[in-house]
Amino acid sequence: MTRQLLASVRALLLATVVLGLAYPLLMTGFAQVVVPSRADGSLVTSAGGTVVGSSLIGQGFVDADGAPLPQYFQSRPSAGDWDGAASGGSNLGPSSPELADAVASRRSEVASFNGVPESAVPDDAVTTSASGLDPGISPAYAAIQVDRVAAARGVSPSEVQALVSAATHGRDLGFIGAPFVDVLDLNLALDRAFG
Amino acid sequence: MTGWLQVGLLVLALGLAHKPLGDWMARVFTAEKHWRVEKLAYRVVGVDADAEQRWPTYLRSVLAFSLVGVLLLYSLQRLQALLPLGNGMPGVEPSSAWNTAVSFVTNTNWQGYAGESTMGHLVQMAGLAVQNFVSAAVGLAVLVALVRGFLRRGTDRLGNAWVDITRAVVRLLLPLAVVATVVMVLGGVVQNLSAGTDVTTLAGGSQFVPGGPVASQEAIKELGTNGGGFFNANSAHPFEGPTAWVSLFQVFLMLLIPFSLPRTFGRMVGDRKQGLAILGVMGLLAAVSVSLISTFQAGALPEGQEVRFGGPLSSLFAAATTLTSTGAVNSMHDSYTPLGGMVTLFNMMLGEVAPGGVGSGLYGMLVLAVVAVFVAGLMVGRTPEYLGKKLGRREMTLASLYILTTPAIVLVGTAVAVAVPAGQAGMLNSGPHGLSEVLYAFTSAGNNNGSAFAGLSANTPFWNTALGLAMLLGRFVPIVLVLALAGRLAAQGKVPVTAGTLPTHRPLFAGLLTAVVLVVVGLTYFPVLALGPLAEGLS
Repeated sequence: MTRQLLASVRALLLATVVLGLAYPLLMTGFAQVVVPSRADGSLVTSAGGTVVGSSLIGQGFVDADGAPLPQYFQSRPSAGDWDGAASGGSNLGPSSPELADAVASRRSEVASFNGVPESAVPDDAVTTSASGLDPGISPAYAAIQVDRVAAARGVSPSEVQALVSAATHGRDLGFIGAPFVDVLDLNLALDRAFG
Repeated sequence: MTGWLQVGLLVLALGLAHKPLGDWMARVFTAEKHWRVEKLAYRVVGVDADAEQRWPTYLRSVLAFSLVGVLLLYSLQRLQALLPLGNGMPGVEPSSAWNTAVSFVTNTNWQGYAGESTMGHLVQMAGLAVQNFVSAAVGLAVLVALVRGFLRRGTDRLGNAWVDITRAVVRLLLPLAVVATVVMVLGGVVQNLSAGTDVTTLAGGSQFVPGGPVASQEAIKELGTNGGGFFNANSAHPFEGPTAWVSLFQVFLMLLIPFSLPRTFGRMVGDRKQGLAILGVMGLLAAVSVSLISTFQAGALPEGQEVRFGGPLSSLFAAATTLTSTGAVNSMHDSYTPLGGMVTLFNMMLGEVAPGGVGSGLYGMLVLAVVAVFVAGLMVGRTPEYLGKKLGRREMTLASLYILTTPAIVLVGTAVAVAVPAGQAGMLNSGPHGLSEVLYAFTSAGNNNGSAFAGLSANTPFWNTALGLAMLLGRFVPIVLVLALAGRLAAQGKVPVTAGTLPTHRPLFAGLLTAVVLVVVGLTYFPVLALGPLAEGLS
């Protein structure tokens, strides 16, 4: 057994050097040369040129008190309050009374905030995502926010709608996944267009 | 509709890949010649690559390699504050470090910790990802030893564990991982060494944007059916699963090797139809499972799901990750409908044989094939035989112990955990769903899956210890039994095929095997499923 243990120590040290250092570092080198911006997390900058986040990582568009800002499209609720150091979902089961209460209260808040009936509020607007950092909302959730954003910015809904369409991603290859609107990209475009 | 197109594309890709890959794997484990880099590795490790091992020696190599792996990974985590690239994170707490070390060495990749707030880049790369490679290689080695047991006659030699592990890494896992990393980097998965940046968000708040060598780890995490996420949210995290097509690609990666191995098996035993029969059973069980989860999840609230993936891709991922021993998630299973969640649970309870983990799935299925042949033998009153080997009392004892091991771990573990306060304290949801969380945890650990009903607060000394034991026993007791069985089989001669031999490459046998898989599992777990997900689903 001693022989096997010694061989194991040497084998694992070798594996650590090759698989644990050489492989990931060479891959990092490759990624940094070929697609540096993607490899660094698809960071996006504001009109002023400062980095404001990643187009892949969702943000909360709320004021310091947590109230939604009407001039921005709102993301889905986040179980981790958009904390990039604490990703995860609520993990509440379908029979959880806590989940049922949260969904009901969010539905009425979203409906009144956007001035639409509760029946028009899509499910993704009232549920938390798996990552807590979902960058996307459904096109249906974007649609009910257009009038409110347009009013808050004093522009016509059709101008806002054009930007929504530009930020909408279809299904990959036409059938993989689901269509979504990248909220940070959309809000950045709004700021750029209307200041 | 688009959901079924995704499944169709996946099946097409697997169909195209499994033949060349299956043939290649057969050559990897049967080729006479060593590659030059391999010879170098054998010299460093200090083993004679041309000396074959008896089954106890083969087993000792595998166990020693895994034991040292646990110690090394435990030390790395405990010492991370003193090592470079630790991102300023403190050493991992002992019970969590033990749990995580066992978890990655056993190919489970259960995660009681949250990656982004616990593990620095060095531990992720040089600790966790290394075990992602070698634990998968160990699974392949054990499988190959079992296949040699069927193949060989009158010998006590099963091959050389060091050679099998080395070749699995050098000729298979590493090249595939490099390709997969490149694809995922192009798809937007991050790959850098940044410790993360704090940014001021558009609304004026602040947000931490994490960094890390994620793509290189993600590649082997799926390919090796490991499943341990770089981040807490696993493949649902936008930096691990940035787009829907990348997520579908990850599903492909986790199914790739397990669905190609039946071809390898058929090649090695010299009868491709034997492999096809096994593949048929795996494919049937997988197809039913995907259909059931998709049906039960249709119209469910998207709680715990990402908009860009949508419902169908989330269900497909959930099916694939529990049918294999991966355990990565792109949606949170705890928030699934009771019956949808039950199917993911049942997938693992099947013993992860459809198609199962890398290596472990097929050796599990071959043991079940032995049981199926035995059942058929009882019906007609003949001594059962499989692939020319007689299955006597000793062989059947080993196979029976194998199929009893995991259920015993899962059911005893669950019973203890719901009986003691330290176990009950972990449940997030109440009532039957709380029981499902506990049952899921032990099922996942005992079967070396690693996914979770993640509401369970499992990063406590009780849960870390209990699940660590479940993972350890669930991995190595079956390995001991499989290698002992391989040794018994190799020592036998070959029985000639007669008119009374049950052909094991026909649909009749495939049907019998499917029935054995379902009945053995169904009867074992039905009572506890009735108390958990079924009770919740029917109330």
